[in-house]
Parts: sequence; structure tokens; C-alpha cells
Amino acid sequence: MSKPHGGKLINRIMNKDLLNTQDLTEFEINTNLAEDVLNIANGVFSPLEGFLCEDDLDNVIKDKRLCDDTPWTIPILLDLDKNNLKEGDSVVLVNKDAGVKALLEIEDIFTYDKKVIAKEIYRTTENSHPGVANTYNMKENFVGGKISLLESKKRKFDEYNLTPKETRVLFKEKGWREIVAFQTRNPPHIGHEYVQKTALTFVDGLFINPIIGKKKSGDFKDEVILKSYDTLMKHYYLKDRAVMSILRTSMKYAGPREAIHHAIMRKNFGCTHFIVGRDHAGVGNYYGPYDAHEIFSDFPDLHIVPIFFRSFSRCSKCGSVVNDKICPHDQEFHINFSGKKIREILNNGEIPPEDMMRKEVSESILEFDNPFVK
Amino acid sequence: MAKEKESKKFTTISIPTPLAEKIKKRIKGTGFTSLSSYVTYVLREVISGMEQEEEEVFSKEDEKRVKDRLRALGYID
Repeated sequence: MSKPHGGKLINRIMNKDLLNTQDLTEFEINTNLAEDVLNIANGVFSPLEGFLCEDDLDNVIKDKRLCDDTPWTIPILLDLDKNNLKEGDSVVLVNKDAGVKALLEIEDIFTYDKKVIAKEIYRTTENSHPGVANTYNMKENFVGGKISLLESKKRKFDEYNLTPKETRVLFKEKGWREIVAFQTRNPPHIGHEYVQKTALTFVDGLFINPIIGKKKSGDFKDEVILKSYDTLMKHYYLKDRAVMSILRTSMKYAGPREAIHHAIMRKNFGCTHFIVGRDHAGVGNYYGPYDAHEIFSDFPDLHIVPIFFRSFSRCSKCGSVVNDKICPHDQEFHINFSGKKIREILNNGEIPPEDMMRKEVSESILEFDNPFVK
Repeated sequence: MAKEKESKKFTTISIPTPLAEKIKKRIKGTGFTSLSSYVTYVLREVISGMEQEEEEVFSKEDEKRVKDRLRALGYID
């Protein structure tokens, strides 16, 4: 199993009875920030103990590392109205949707050129990039400092939600030493299954880790993704070789930088390997198809092994799923696994061909009146 | 100010000249742009492999609570 990133699994959960927060100012934060608070508190973002201060942000932007040289590629930032806040103050962050209440000890209040953030993190300053748009929409002041989670509430899909501490116990109980993580935002088609099983062949266990949360119109609903994977795993995976747990975090669409971030989170869950596909965490044409593969060579100290997959398709001549390294046949024999096409077929209430998606998976999706986000 | 901040981020180390020459030859045509970037890469790889995990914070009670939850959710028998 992998050591936590930075050497220590962070736990920033505090017994609320030990602290009187009555006199502290409360700030309402949005659900994305509340997820960040939970991910810091539960160790998903280890070694972070809070939101980034200016020095760390500067380092992350310029060197893709924290000030102590630990690899870190995505800024975890808290934007707040400054009001009368000053460094040394403590405030309470609250969010109703996630039932989050957390103490923030303010170490740093600063501004930063958002265009620089956009350019360095997303490689563009265009507002049409969703990550850039989110950056531009942030408030002017950033607040850095450690957080302590005081309260959180039970939420939908909690039965699928394991913390890094829990996955580490789980992997140990299963006797897995090497675990490969697969990140997803869609129900599984045959190509996904091929990738997962190919990787699983060389390790002890597969950790399927769908990202759950804010979606855009036309995406599959969270419950559809979970049901479809439950179905696939029930019919086509060994119980002792694959588990699924969700990850609540927002997609940043930062391509290569986000691939590293995704790998770090899975390392904290205890995974030793991480599957990186074509245009991982990409959007539009902002990144090259294999930029997210190449960036891993900048991090000899990451200590999670990336498993790179290029494009894959079904070859009618080979009679199986193939990729460009193993199939000698022309494109005319290849059928690509088009997520768009599968969505269209399902949207018409029809079952996609079985060489694209397992029948049981398709049926589980069609059990929903409307499987897509409106 | 920015320059001063940048200069604080780097330090100079000495290595034998023949070794430096060997490295310079070795990194020709690779992605490494300088002797420093190569040495940094190698040192990061070596040092990170030697770092020890800090002591785990799990207590027996903690582990039992986690196992009970995993069992209740069907993750373990």
C-alpha cells in the first residue's frame, strides 16, 4: 500500500464540544469549498492541513510543488470577503448542503493575479474554459490557514463514501498490497472494463473511484453511474478483487496538472497505481491528448505508478478490444467506444450493442426514467 | 523583491568536475535542460524513497470502528 502523500495521513477532525465557537464570525461557503474542507479534514488532500497561503500558492503555480518541495499541482484556495478579517483571527466556515461547520485559523490574507493562476494552472486565460471561469469568479481575497472540521452531516450516497483511513483498513483486510485506482465520471462501457481488467491483471485489487458532485447538463446522474457500476461489478468482477467508493470533489479540467492531483488523492486512499487515459481531465482542445501522461516524468518523487492507456477500440478482425500498441489492423476494422454515441442510444431508450456496453449495465441505466442531468 | 524571493529558493552545491562533465554528456538529447535540473531530479527520487512514514494514528478502537462500518456497508464479510 502507498504511504500517504507527504508521509502522514492528515486528520483535521475536532470534537466540537472542545471548542466554543459562539463568539466567532461565521462565513457561508459554497458546496465545492465545503467538499475541500471535508477532503482536507479526512486526509484526501494530505499533506494539506488547510487552505493554501500565498507562499505555497506561489510555489504550486511556479514549481508544481508546495514550499517544502512536496509535489502539488492544483491550488486549494479559499476566497472570502475580507470584511474586518486579519491574520491571527479564527472564523467558522459553514455550508448547509454538506452540513459542514469548520474552524479556520487565518494565517494569511492575500490577493493574487487571477490571470497568472489561469495561465499557469489551465494554460489559458480564456473565460470559456470552465476552470478559468471559476477562477475569475472567485472573490478578490484569498485566505490561507489550517482548518478543523467540527461538524458534517449524513448525505446521499454516504454508503459509498469511504475516507482514506477506511480504504486503508479495507485494503489491508482484503490482503491487497498493490492497488490500482480508476477514476471515472461515466457508466462503464466495454472499453473501460478492458482498461480496468488489464491493469488489475498485474496488481492485487481494483479501486473504482467515481467523482460525484456538480455535473453539467447531459451528464449521467450520480445515481446512474453508481448503479451501473454496481451492476457491472456484480456480474463481471470478482468480489475480492474490486471495490468502489466515491470521491466528492469538483472537476477543475486542468488536464495534466489535474492528473497529478488525481493520482495524489488516490495515493492517499492507499493506491499504488493510477490509470491515466487519453486527455485525462481535459476539456475542449486546451491540452494535448497525452500531456497528462508526460507530466508524470516531472515527478520522480510521486510514489504512485501511473498506468498509461492510449486510445482503445474494438477490432472486428482481432475480435477483441485493442489499443494502438497491440493491433496491426486498419482503422476500417475498428469501432471506437464513443461515449456520445452510447448516450444517444440510451437517450432513445434503446440498448447499445453488446460489444459497446454490457447488456446488464445498459438495462440498469434504462431503469431510470431520466438518466441524464437536465 | 521577486528576484530576492527566487534566489532564496535555490542553493549551490559542489560536485566533482569530472562527474559534472559525465552528467552533462549523459543528459544531452534528453528532456533535462541543465545539470541542476538533472541533479534535482535524481536527488528527489533518492530522498523521497528514504523518507519514513510518520507513525499511524490509528488506535485499536479506531480500527474496530472502521471495520464495523466496512462490514455494515458490505465491503468486508
